[in-house]
Amino acid sequence: MWIRALPKHFLRLGLTILLGGLLGATLVRFAPGFGADERELDSRLSTQSIQVLRESHASQRNILGYYRGYLGGLLRGDLGISTSLERPVAELFAQRLPVTLRSVGMGVAGGWLLGFFLALPAGMFRWRNYEFLTASLSGLFLCLPAAVLGLAIVYAGGPAWVAIALVVFPRVFQYARNIFVQSSELPHVLAAHARGLRGVHIFIWHVLPNAAPLLLALGGISVSMAFGAAIPIEAISDHPGIGQLTWQAALSRDLPVLVNITLLITVITLAANSVSDLAGRALARQRP
Amino acid sequence: MKKVRIFSIVFLAIIFSAVLLADVVAPAPYAKQFREAPNAAPSMKHWLGTDDLGRDALSRLLYGSRVSLLLAPAAALVSTLIAACIGGLAGYLGGWYERVALAATDLSLSLPWLFLLLTVRALLPLNVAPLTSVTITFALLGVLGWSSSGRIICSGARAIREADFVLQAKALGCSPRRLFYRQVLPNLKPVLSAQFWTSIPIFIIAEANLGILGLGVAEPLPSWGNLLRGLENWPEVKASPWKLAPVVLLIAVVSCFQLVFQRREEIAS
Repeated sequence: MWIRALPKHFLRLGLTILLGGLLGATLVRFAPGFGADERELDSRLSTQSIQVLRESHASQRNILGYYRGYLGGLLRGDLGISTSLERPVAELFAQRLPVTLRSVGMGVAGGWLLGFFLALPAGMFRWRNYEFLTASLSGLFLCLPAAVLGLAIVYAGGPAWVAIALVVFPRVFQYARNIFVQSSELPHVLAAHARGLRGVHIFIWHVLPNAAPLLLALGGISVSMAFGAAIPIEAISDHPGIGQLTWQAALSRDLPVLVNITLLITVITLAANSVSDLAGRALARQRP
Repeated sequence: MKKVRIFSIVFLAIIFSAVLLADVVAPAPYAKQFREAPNAAPSMKHWLGTDDLGRDALSRLLYGSRVSLLLAPAAALVSTLIAACIGGLAGYLGGWYERVALAATDLSLSLPWLFLLLTVRALLPLNVAPLTSVTITFALLGVLGWSSSGRIICSGARAIREADFVLQAKALGCSPRRLFYRQVLPNLKPVLSAQFWTSIPIFIIAEANLGILGLGVAEPLPSWGNLLRGLENWPEVKASPWKLAPVVLLIAVVSCFQLVFQRREEIAS
């Protein structure tokens, strides 16, 4: 039963946050340059002042102590201070996350609409020319880096979410088409054809219900895909979202921002995967 | 379909030969500047023109293709080996090892790859020599790109573990070591090979994304990633469409890889 699986998903999410936080804190702790303070180079500071500065960083050198402090901050909603932008990370997230969530949401929806509706005739009718045309089109988009798609959309004057949709579309199309083709070759579907049922009727009542749980599983993965594509697309199209922030943070080695973004995106994608998994189970349960 | 596959193989063979022989085929070294001819149009001397620093575009494309096309397979080899160690052993041993390995794989798969790549890349020094940047970029791709292959290899190894011939070998007293090397590994080869070949275009595209973002191979060494950065200046590209050559070659090579190795993946799965 899908409700029974709910605690397991929550547990997984909690464990991911703990493990991801530890991994992130470890990465930051062992990154080259950790604990170095530019103020130590200030010639006006006395030896004692420099010593005090060094001692203030000493508490962070113990990885478990550092992680404890990081988790404590996380629980209070304090994600640290961005070293490059000198602003609280939580404030940066509050400003930029809605922008990315909107473009990722619209991109995923657009990619699914395009992929799903192009896959429908390919799965239903198996027209040779149509299959060749749509497979070539999706193949072309699969070969293009997300950044190049982002550039093309910027030059065409389109919004960033269109580029995200074009990254999601070929994966959805290929997966959906394969599932439709496999489902339409099942014995009970062939039997329905032999009995003279109409193609559309068979598709709606026999192929689609069989394919739906599998398609829902792809729903969670496409969220992860869209977030991945958002970095180069937002960076190229100067879109002020989390993707652009990640790129800026990577270029300026802003580790507090990077580690928190990685954790945030992991939680979002895991939550999306859990929702699609639970919805898939619920749907599969309703089938006889 | 067979004709298309043969055409793709021939095309890839030509491209690989050209990039391997770049020292002979390229009209000039990749960093040599023709200062009297910056942004030159295609001519007999410079077949694809020159860039804004006066460097021969064809030479840079050939050397850049060499970096991407030779190092992407190296990264694919590293990732396949890691996936084989983690996924193969997990599938073969089963039990708690399999559960832990699959949990790690799921965690790794749930994270958008580019986020992880950017985070880990940023933790390493950014201002490094070009050759070091090449090593870092492709080593990261190899080390971080194992998870999806790991999952597939794990299910392949599990299927072999539960196969009748393995049970029969166990019943005949075959030692676990001999069982692994003589029965499991040879039967896992098609899956490993498919994962290796299908990883190559993924790594080529990942390097291109990193390069466009300025986090890939460092100048003056060319790669497809930093050659694609030339597309950022659209008015210039519009006025001189031959500057689209790197993206056209990238699409052609990745398409050919997918056409050639799609079948292999289908057989393995």
